[in-house]
Amino acid sequence: MFRYALKRIGVGVLVIITASIILFAIMKMMPGDPVRMIADPRLPEEALDRLRERWGLNKPAHIQYLSWAGNLLHGDFGTSIVAGQSVSGLLVSRLPYTLGLAGLSMLLRYLIAVPLGLIAAVRAGSAVDRGLVLGTTFLTLVPGFWLGIILMIVLAINLKLLPISGYQGPISLVLPLLTMVLPGIGGTLRVTRSEVLETVGEAYVTTAYAKGLGSKVVQVRHVLRNALIPVTVSFFLSLPWIISGSVIIENVFAWPGMGRLVWSAIQRQDYPVVQGVFIIITVLTVISNVIADVVSGFLDPRIRIEIEEAGR
Amino acid sequence: MSRSAEPLLSVKSLFVDYVTSHGRVRAVRDVSFEVNRGEVFALVGESGCGKSTTALALMRLVPQPGHVSAGHIMFQGTNLTELSERQITLVRGKQIGMIFQNPLIALNPVYSSGWQVEEAVLLDNVSRQEAWRRAFDIMGSVKIPDREERMQSYPHELSGGMRQRVMIGMMISRAPELLIADEPTTSLDVTIQAQILDLLMDLKARNNMSLLIITHDFGIVADIADRVGVMYAGSLVEQADVFSIFESPRHPYTRLLMRALPTGTKTEGRLETIKGSVPSLTEVPAGCSFNPRCPLAQDICIQERPPEREVAPGHSVRCHFSAE
Amino acid sequence: MTSFLKTAMQNKMFLVGSLIFLTVVIAAVFAAKIAPFPYDQINVLNALKPPGEGYLLGTDQYGRDIFSRLVFGSQIAIRIGVMVVAIEVTLGVALGLMAGYYGGRVDTFLSFMTDVTWALPPIVLSLAIVTALGPSLNNVVISTAIISWPGIARMVRAKTQSIKNMSYVEAARALGESDLSIMYRYILPNTLGIVIVLTTLSLPGAILSTTGLSFLGLGSQSPDPDWGVILSEGMNYIGVAPWMSIFPGIALVWTAMGFNLMGEGLRDILDPRLRT
Repeated sequence: MFRYALKRIGVGVLVIITASIILFAIMKMMPGDPVRMIADPRLPEEALDRLRERWGLNKPAHIQYLSWAGNLLHGDFGTSIVAGQSVSGLLVSRLPYTLGLAGLSMLLRYLIAVPLGLIAAVRAGSAVDRGLVLGTTFLTLVPGFWLGIILMIVLAINLKLLPISGYQGPISLVLPLLTMVLPGIGGTLRVTRSEVLETVGEAYVTTAYAKGLGSKVVQVRHVLRNALIPVTVSFFLSLPWIISGSVIIENVFAWPGMGRLVWSAIQRQDYPVVQGVFIIITVLTVISNVIADVVSGFLDPRIRIEIEEAGR
Repeated sequence: MSRSAEPLLSVKSLFVDYVTSHGRVRAVRDVSFEVNRGEVFALVGESGCGKSTTALALMRLVPQPGHVSAGHIMFQGTNLTELSERQITLVRGKQIGMIFQNPLIALNPVYSSGWQVEEAVLLDNVSRQEAWRRAFDIMGSVKIPDREERMQSYPHELSGGMRQRVMIGMMISRAPELLIADEPTTSLDVTIQAQILDLLMDLKARNNMSLLIITHDFGIVADIADRVGVMYAGSLVEQADVFSIFESPRHPYTRLLMRALPTGTKTEGRLETIKGSVPSLTEVPAGCSFNPRCPLAQDICIQERPPEREVAPGHSVRCHFSAE
Repeated sequence: MTSFLKTAMQNKMFLVGSLIFLTVVIAAVFAAKIAPFPYDQINVLNALKPPGEGYLLGTDQYGRDIFSRLVFGSQIAIRIGVMVVAIEVTLGVALGLMAGYYGGRVDTFLSFMTDVTWALPPIVLSLAIVTALGPSLNNVVISTAIISWPGIARMVRAKTQSIKNMSYVEAARALGESDLSIMYRYILPNTLGIVIVLTTLSLPGAILSTTGLSFLGLGSQSPDPDWGVILSEGMNYIGVAPWMSIFPGIALVWTAMGFNLMGEGLRDILDPRLRT
């Protein structure tokens, strides 16, 4: 188990490095001469050249990458062109808002969708089942940002129940949260439902009954324990999507998180900030994927063996 | 082979139906047989004849939308069909055990083998330690080497034979009087098959257990069965002691099956096949279900379903021409 | 092919989905005839008019007819769909085939690239490319579609692995048939079904993502009648002209639903066991 986790983390690190190289390459394509942007463009060319040298901008690409990566590892994300403060400082101040919104959304989504999925599975084929599946699937087709706008129109503008945007205390969470949770319920509900339905038909469930176990015990210890493995893993796999999704939603509601930050940074060509946000989101994504793999190995011994065997 | 006056298990006119939106499908039709104490009864037939469904029905494990629609299942004086859900749960594992064909899918992959045996033992209200100890002993009686290690292994880490031993251990752990074995060796290698059969017979003798074995393999029947029931398309067409079945089969289907055996009574010539194929349960022929393929078929075979008739002590046949 | 279409038409989901899809296609193809106004015709005097009075769905801040803009916007939606399908299919099938057929290091490398692709969060790559190369619909679509190749590749890979060990493939190889020919003649046709299903089902997500980025101003630009662009313009007038914000979303849901039903229907037809 331990070996398995280490392997996954090792691969994760490799992945981050590769992804960072790709990002770095893309960023190098960004237009504009960074020196001219940061320094006073009226300086004579030699002064700019000296600055370039000082900042290592005339070194070959791979050296630049290494020093940039090195800085990152020290927590130095550079300085915001616009705000003049350190990018890492900006990120730290915005991260809690994004993580808070994303985390709460995921929790709420699963708290609602999994029990509903169980109900749908237990009553498979019934009107309740079909209603649940159809209704929640329909919600997944609705664009999140549009849903947010509609909710904003109805609840905030017309009914004046909730604040329109920005952060004015926890109540501001409601609209963004609704917007993030509702479209996500469908997918989770369907996965839960199908996993339970499949597990119930498994031979080992019949064996459990044949042993003399009562139906409650069988349902929890044998059906749920197995069916919820993919559901749990999907929780971690969905985290990156939620974080990405919040990039758009934050801008609908002017939620002060990283999504809002990166958007305004792009508008103002504040590249250090843009790069910083990319890195953070990428790291979070890789961490989520690694956790998902480790968790799935932990919950399902078959996967553990597969991976260990593949490593030999 | 001891026989007490009353049989351990007495199945009378069992009917099992599947009710779907397309109608009712009869999987088991009017099946009656008995298993005595200390006896090995083999239920034989080709795939789809309803033998597994019959076995599942005894413990009320027929999957939805199937159910026992008529008949009695008398076990030690109690009619199992009249028990409540709670009551039949008490019978399962404790008085009747059942092992299944493919232990790879019949064992839960996320729990260790040892734990799955313990889970059964714990139903007898013992402490965790006692349960572990008993599971340990059982792993020994099913002859699993390196018990300590194997108990912590997961089913997919074990070989096919080991898995089946675990399953057997799990199901005899509470000393049931009857063990139902549904094709216990079909998914195993030939050499392992013999070992598992030996194990079953050994456990039967030691625990004074009866064995109801479901199989399509007449070799196994010849090996261990005392009495045999032959099923076709959901009905029992012949039942007798094992010698009579092999030496003097009376039902045309049984006779043809014997002739089709490579190790049957023929010592030369080609293997015979039975023309036609087994009907699906939705298209069972009227009258005697074997009539399209039967060399003796007459008009009466299409019009009337033959009753089960005793042609010799302990030997009954379901055929209009059973007299010959 | 015709018999397939006949069975396909009997599946209600596919039927409804195709009809919806058809409406969008018709709107796109005949946009000039259906739309009462050109999508960029400005008429400031009639700005921010509610639905009615000659403007079916109202006007925006420049007096442009919302209905016309939506109709022309369907062209953009179709364009997104076509591009996404082309990219996903090409990448997914090619890479999946190679990984499944050759196995070994090719396969390991591919699974590593899958991990890397997964590591790049969906929107981030688009943002990165847009930041580097400038905002445009093409950039956004390509970057969104590129990320989705692992899903298709994985399926194709699995299918390839199961088919390549079949006896008729071994026979072909023994007879000296080239790898490419084998892939083209035996493996490819068998993957077609699942590829079509997966691609169709990925379209709603792709359209929602790219429109979302246009909404942020990073994809299509004004005055293009991209539904996301219209929505983002509507945000500024949300209090006084909510119709600018309502109708484009309906168009989006309508289109997404069409693709979703088509995809689910196809999945049902091709293999009912895959149904969730």
